[in-house]
Amino acid sequence: MMKRYEQFPHTADIGVHVYGGTLKELFANAAFSMFDIIADLEGLKEPVSMDIKLSAPNSDELLVAWLDELLYNFYTKSIIFSRFEIEELSDTAIKAKVFGRPVGDNRNRLKTEIKAITYSGLAVKESKDGFKVDIIFDV
Amino acid sequence: MFERIDEFRWRIPKSYKQGMRVDGIIYADEAMLEDIRSDKAAEQVANVAFLPGIVRYSFGMPDLHWGYGAPIGGVGAFDSETGVLVPGFVGYDINCGIRLVKTNLTEKDVKPRIRDLVYALYNDVPAGVGSKGDIKISASEERKLLVEGSKWVVERGYGNHDDLEYTEEHGAIKGANPDAVSPRAYERGKNQSGTLGSGNHFMEVQVVDEIFDKDAASVFDLAVGQVVLMIHSGSRGLGYQVCDDYTRDMIGCLSKYNISVPDRQLACAPVNSKEAQNYLGAMRCAANYAWANRQCLMHLARGVFEKVFQMSPKDLGMDLIYDVAHNIAKLEKYTIDGKEKTLCVHRKGATRAFPPGHPEIPQKYQKTGQPVIIPGDMGRNSYLLTGTKKAEETFYSTCHGAGRLMSRSAAIRACRGRSISRELEDKGIIVKSSGRETLAEEAPEAYKDVNEVVRIVEGAGISKRVARMRPIGVIKG
Repeated sequence: MMKRYEQFPHTADIGVHVYGGTLKELFANAAFSMFDIIADLEGLKEPVSMDIKLSAPNSDELLVAWLDELLYNFYTKSIIFSRFEIEELSDTAIKAKVFGRPVGDNRNRLKTEIKAITYSGLAVKESKDGFKVDIIFDV
Repeated sequence: MFERIDEFRWRIPKSYKQGMRVDGIIYADEAMLEDIRSDKAAEQVANVAFLPGIVRYSFGMPDLHWGYGAPIGGVGAFDSETGVLVPGFVGYDINCGIRLVKTNLTEKDVKPRIRDLVYALYNDVPAGVGSKGDIKISASEERKLLVEGSKWVVERGYGNHDDLEYTEEHGAIKGANPDAVSPRAYERGKNQSGTLGSGNHFMEVQVVDEIFDKDAASVFDLAVGQVVLMIHSGSRGLGYQVCDDYTRDMIGCLSKYNISVPDRQLACAPVNSKEAQNYLGAMRCAANYAWANRQCLMHLARGVFEKVFQMSPKDLGMDLIYDVAHNIAKLEKYTIDGKEKTLCVHRKGATRAFPPGHPEIPQKYQKTGQPVIIPGDMGRNSYLLTGTKKAEETFYSTCHGAGRLMSRSAAIRACRGRSISRELEDKGIIVKSSGRETLAEEAPEAYKDVNEVVRIVEGAGISKRVARMRPIGVIKG
């Protein structure tokens, strides 16, 4: 199976290369990479779900908007998201169902505070192997 | 890419990249330049030089390192009539900053109780991912807090009015516009007043180790062996969301203003545009929130000292020496080509350093110049500096810390199998952290040596050393 993501060295922040066979997979894996940095997801149950619908001018900005939306919900609703079903996706719109678990008793699972998703150097690229994007998270 | 100007200054000529409007200037010596070459920070200094209306140079301080959009340790001033305002050149943690608090205690008083002190600070100061503070306020009160900053919390019992005198902008920069702050930013900031945050945010108990400028040290009431407290935190979720909202906004209006940027994170708008003015109003709210936050943190820490040492506030003498912002954009006046101009000075991982006699610094510091507080890593030193006249060349700006050398993952790798807290304890430093990997990420070796950084800013004449401190107790988020 293709790697979902890997970290690359960045002096101040955290950089990830995210991969996906399809654009949908890329968006799901990008979200997974973010929560995998925020918390220990191993064996985490997913009793709650949420529907997300967003639009943006292009796929780069849509990806940032998607991750922003999840980060906002993490901070304001205290839910650790760990599974992402992308139902519909175009270059300018996304509809998804996301699954996770309230932080509650899982505070000891939290690892890193991601402040924001940056646009720095972010560009969704397609090749014969699928899709790839580099994301720098401000931590 | 670098041309040597003198021992401490290097030029990136504008011929380096097509599109640069001015040269880049980096403050470093030869050894430090090697560190700077190891990541993309210098490239980011060059990218900043592309932005419209940039005045003089795009500056990099010696603690320069790779950020997003603009580098950390970057300074850039833009003409307020022809230049731009860049949310990404302030950063997500708006008014991340640092304050230094004096005590009447000496190392001899504190050393036997240091473990109790660190554990009590750790218990009483909310820190770590998603932590919540003890200030619960309504939406209408939060709007007031964003305008009144430190004053709002002082009036509710968190500290005293003298604290305001010794805070940059008196802890409340004018022109804050609560209407420009999005509902999401309010929501993210709601429960976070009085929280430290995580990562490199910290509270440190330090001992004055060496005095370099006796006259200035006596004004700050500092002597060798004396204990001080340093607090590093910012605007928490509220500031992050403001930067996020306005970066998106400005990406959307780049074409409207016909601006092209080498990195989307440098999205900007003309200083006098509606978009930039709204950002400025919101950024000032976030800055005031950060000052209020550090004021709360200091108040909590004072309470802990009173409890642990069973001493009155008067006997403890925990007066605020100063509080500085190191991620902020400000309108300041400078004489450029013989004309007085208002410039929008961006400092990202850089500190304002006003000289002696400057009207915007407290009366008590008129002779010394503005105190500049430079935290190092948790195993070596930190510094108190003052501003100089010479720093006019950098729009009165200087470094902000040691600057990272290693990525967080490289630091974790380098520390595998080691106990950083044990290593620090062997050096006489007691440390507590809430994040599992924070201590490895923040290991002293992950940073440049702050002694070198400070040697360079002093060598270049843009700041002056007053005192050096070393840590004895650390709490990390």
